Amino acid sequence: MAKSIEYDVLSSSKKKDQDTNEKWGLAEESEYFANKVKLYRQDKLNADEFRRFRLQNGAYGSRLNSEFSMIRIKVPGGDITPSQMEKIASLSESFSIGSAHVSTRQNIQLHWVQLEDVSEVFRGLAEVGLTSREACGNTIRNVMCSHFAGVCPNEPFDTTPHAKAIARFFLRNPICQNLPRKFKFNFSCCAEHGYVRIADVGLVPTIKDGIRGFRIYLGGGLGAASFIGHLLEEFTPESRLLSTSIATIRLYDRLGNRENLARNRMRYLVSEIGWEKFQELLLKERILVEATISIPTKTTFDGFLRSSSKAGDLAINQSTLNSRGKKLPVINSGSSNSPYDRWLNTNVVAQKQPGLYSAYITLGAGDITANQLRVLAECLREFSMEKKARTTPQQNFLIRYIKADQLPKIYNRLSGIGLGNPGANTIVSTVGCSGTTSCNLAITNSHRLAKEIQSKFLELNIDTDHDFVDSTIKISGCPNSCGQHEVATIGFYGGASRIGTSMVPIYTMLFAGSTGESGELGKAVMRVPSKKVIDVVMKIIEIYKKEKTNGEKLNEWIHKVSVGSGTNGVKNMEDMKKILSPIIELPPLTSAPEFYKDYGNDTNFVAKTARGECAA
Amino acid sequence: MCSLSKPLRQKIDRTKTINKPAKKPSLPPLNNICDIDTLRTLIKKNKVRIVDVRKKEDYLKGHIKTAVSLPLAELLANDDPESIIAILNKLGISENIPVVIYDDTFGALASRVAWSFKFVGHENVALLEVTYDTWRKLGLEIERKSNKYPKTSHPLKVDYSIFADAEYIEKAQNDKNKIIIDSRERLNFLTEHIPNSKNIPYTMLRSENSILRSPLELKRFIENRGIDSNNEIITYCGSVGTLSGLTFFALKTAGLSNVKLYPKSFKEWKSLGKPKTEFKDATYWDLSAE
Ligand code: SF4
Repeated sequence: MAKSIEYDVLSSSKKKDQDTNEKWGLAEESEYFANKVKLYRQDKLNADEFRRFRLQNGAYGSRLNSEFSMIRIKVPGGDITPSQMEKIASLSESFSIGSAHVSTRQNIQLHWVQLEDVSEVFRGLAEVGLTSREACGNTIRNVMCSHFAGVCPNEPFDTTPHAKAIARFFLRNPICQNLPRKFKFNFSCCAEHGYVRIADVGLVPTIKDGIRGFRIYLGGGLGAASFIGHLLEEFTPESRLLSTSIATIRLYDRLGNRENLARNRMRYLVSEIGWEKFQELLLKERILVEATISIPTKTTFDGFLRSSSKAGDLAINQSTLNSRGKKLPVINSGSSNSPYDRWLNTNVVAQKQPGLYSAYITLGAGDITANQLRVLAECLREFSMEKKARTTPQQNFLIRYIKADQLPKIYNRLSGIGLGNPGANTIVSTVGCSGTTSCNLAITNSHRLAKEIQSKFLELNIDTDHDFVDSTIKISGCPNSCGQHEVATIGFYGGASRIGTSMVPIYTMLFAGSTGESGELGKAVMRVPSKKVIDVVMKIIEIYKKEKTNGEKLNEWIHKVSVGSGTNGVKNMEDMKKILSPIIELPPLTSAPEFYKDYGNDTNFVAKTARGECAA
Repeated sequence: MCSLSKPLRQKIDRTKTINKPAKKPSLPPLNNICDIDTLRTLIKKNKVRIVDVRKKEDYLKGHIKTAVSLPLAELLANDDPESIIAILNKLGISENIPVVIYDDTFGALASRVAWSFKFVGHENVALLEVTYDTWRKLGLEIERKSNKYPKTSHPLKVDYSIFADAEYIEKAQNDKNKIIIDSRERLNFLTEHIPNSKNIPYTMLRSENSILRSPLELKRFIENRGIDSNNEIITYCGSVGTLSGLTFFALKTAGLSNVKLYPKSFKEWKSLGKPKTEFKDATYWDLSAE
């Protein structure tokens, strides 16, 4: 009988390095899940009860096919180790489709897993410390943290430990197991990076009189109706992080709408009772929390904070940091167009630690194969001093702590397996949610469209043009905003429209959304048939090139137009619409039927959706 | 049943013990999978026929000591029972000799050959737990010389209990106790499959260094799937029964007794114009990253 084989000869010695995996997952939860599936299959557990349980454990029903699930693996703070990547690689080969998918909230998703195999995936995840527990459902979702936290030249301090301590404190905590709806924390590193205005709780680190603290924004969020978060107070000291968080969750748990599925996120509560009222209630609640919070609770949290800080400590002398206040610069802006230089210009940024760099892996809408994950894991072990990576909300990876002389080597390794695409900090790095590839609520194939646009841009060498740095294209397959289209320079969300006698997949285009502490929501421009999106984007680029005034980047110009202060031919959105209108005309169905179909589908378009499980 | 009287039997038994005290008991028949240690022991004792199912040219470059060559294509070219027996005879495989089979992929090619041997009545056959590549990397004995053994005459006892054809599948489709397993990868399965079949992709079966996971793990997998030993399983894959051959052995290893292979698989099913289940409500192919 075959034994389970472990041969030292077959695995490189490097692999034997013990990664420092933090423990989020529990092996027993795998068994528990397997049993529940059995009960459900034997009709001993009703469908609604099972569904709630399944979601709480991080498994969504797949699009129009309840035999299969999407497993959302939480990556707290976006922080992931090589052995975790390798495990995800092998789990994706065994039980999913051989690839994994980075989400816009720094999760990693495995699609089309047979429901009965989900427990096996959980088991594997727990082996490397990971969990998908509370990655879905009405609870606290993956806690996001800027991928630059710890290396950003503009940050007052590293917020990674805070993000992880919050994640740790609330995971499996009864206080948040049954909220009116999901709840999201986003930490940034500075005012510029991070998605703090579109979370239930968004936190920007700051220092006042030598004391660490945050500017906390509450009640933001994207969805069918989106809101920008409100600033709670000028300064919330680090010591009040826990009480403020608990107070917010308690208030929301008590007052949030549990009836109307469409209006039960905290942002609706804030907008219904008004910000001033909410703020007042919250500050009162916090006093109550602080008066009654037990010392052990506080000590526990402080313990989490300390241990996360320690886990993040590197064998790097932090005292040598001396480049405060610089923007993350690109290494050189030379005009050489070798593939390596292109990559260097748009994918590599200097860290606050002198001589160290971070490099992006530009993925296509977050997709990465099992083999690519393995090579990436090797690269981390070999080239990253922290031996870890971060997932980013642009659905990419960031490898940090690379020494300058290692950059050519890491590039060679990455490009050898298709991970060397340039354009990460430009419009080339398009974002697309799962869309019709797996999501029950999707109307259009946003995922494929994002990849199509990226290929087109790469083909046209758009990444080499400095005009497109900092611009983004983000696409959602329905109004629910998982693709975060409202914070994109040019955003799209999917829908359906009748043209003549046929239904056509269509996107609503938005302009001038942005992230960061001064982030704004995009404004709707017009509707564009799916197969015309690329033409429209190319036309916008053409007009911009004609109209831009000296040195103006695409996102700056689009913002100008969106507020009606454009120049010459394109003063405002109306002018824009006029110019674009002829482009979106569809040829007659009989002569060009492909324009009436969506990407990835050769049959006629129908907008089919199932009951949502809220895939955001 | 044995017709010997009890005292006589005892006498024989005693004779055995008295007359051959030094001889170790003969090795038990192989049980679907053969580990490296066992194979090396068998080689040393010269008590095994090893079959290399890779391409002839690869065999000539090097193979496991004492192995004979049987490229899978050669078997597939003619895989009626008589032709398979002719192959056994040509390779010098007699009725009782243990046979161990290996390939250079992940056991699927070896599985198809091993299943065929079982099908014509050669019970004592197993897959080597590792591929040739792993064997070589471990620094184990290989050689270049082509091996040939005296011709044998293996009896033909076709075992239809491990065989299924399209007609059989059709009947099984609505039988709750019979489970049809599609061994192809998930996206192929979603695209189209035999109605009422379930998907266990072959990729689920292997571990990092072995062509099959441990029996314990495999057992847990199929238990999760609600399959138990009362079920009859029929496996199929895309074209010639290789991937599903591996599933056949995996399920056997996991302790299922009643497993059948549909060697002509989905290719034949489609060519016969039989109904398929297609899933067109999602664009899952666009998730693949290559
Ligand atoms: S709910 Fe809508 S936005 Fe979210 S993943 Fe599905 S299609 Fe995309």
